[in-house]
Amino acid sequence: MATVKKQKHWYQYLWIWSILYFSLGFFNILFAWFGMLDFILPLIFAIFGGNKWFCNNMCGRGQLFWVLGRNLKCSRQKSAPKWMSSKWFRYGFLTFFMTMFGTMVFQTYQVFAGADTLKKAIKLFWTFRVPWQWTYSGSVFPDWVAQFGYGFYSLMLTSTLIGLIVMVLYKERTWCSFCPMGTMTQGICKLKNKEA
Amino acid sequence: MGKRKANPNKNNCVACGVCVGQCPREAISIYKGCYALVDTLKCIGCGICQKACPADVISMVDEGEVSCGNS
Repeated sequence: MATVKKQKHWYQYLWIWSILYFSLGFFNILFAWFGMLDFILPLIFAIFGGNKWFCNNMCGRGQLFWVLGRNLKCSRQKSAPKWMSSKWFRYGFLTFFMTMFGTMVFQTYQVFAGADTLKKAIKLFWTFRVPWQWTYSGSVFPDWVAQFGYGFYSLMLTSTLIGLIVMVLYKERTWCSFCPMGTMTQGICKLKNKEA
Repeated sequence: MGKRKANPNKNNCVACGVCVGQCPREAISIYKGCYALVDTLKCIGCGICQKACPADVISMVDEGEVSCGNS
């Protein structure tokens, strides 16, 4: 029996975008703002479409894990511990992630309000400060715009690193089983489905 | 013993869609962003989706037992 011939779509190459995103942020931190697309698009699909089309088809990060893990054999392809995809861990991680996002927005506000100054560094795993000052030397935007860039880039890089670690240890896309955006959009879809 | 079919547990499914992309028969869809749904008429029981599933919610069962784990 022949398998169904699958057509390749442009959005199956979005793993390139994932690499490009981190590369651009290495040269100019303002590019970090483009990461908001990965935040807003899944929510638009979930809220207005009631689906997870973004996760299912467009997620560049998920695709990158697949390319590295499956195609380049960088994954052990072993089952992840059950708790990693359990509801309490997924929603717990989402809560933690949103708290950290809120903290980052507050830090941006501090710079906006003049209560703090721009810190040209990124923070990995919410703990380790890494100097990143070459990526910004002033622009037409006020300092808080760059501060948000540093904060958001830190968040994106940290979550990708976590995803890479679980990709190597467990299955290619183990990250997807507790990805905060995935949990959020599935939650929205479940709520929408209930009222329908 | 009947034919083997993929049987996702919809309570634990994270609806990531990895299985959908891997299925060689286009037998799986994500139902309204909530969980993976298998078309048992199209499923050939190859088990590719089971291997790819990051949450390990897909089990291969005999045709007659499909949806038993879907309560």
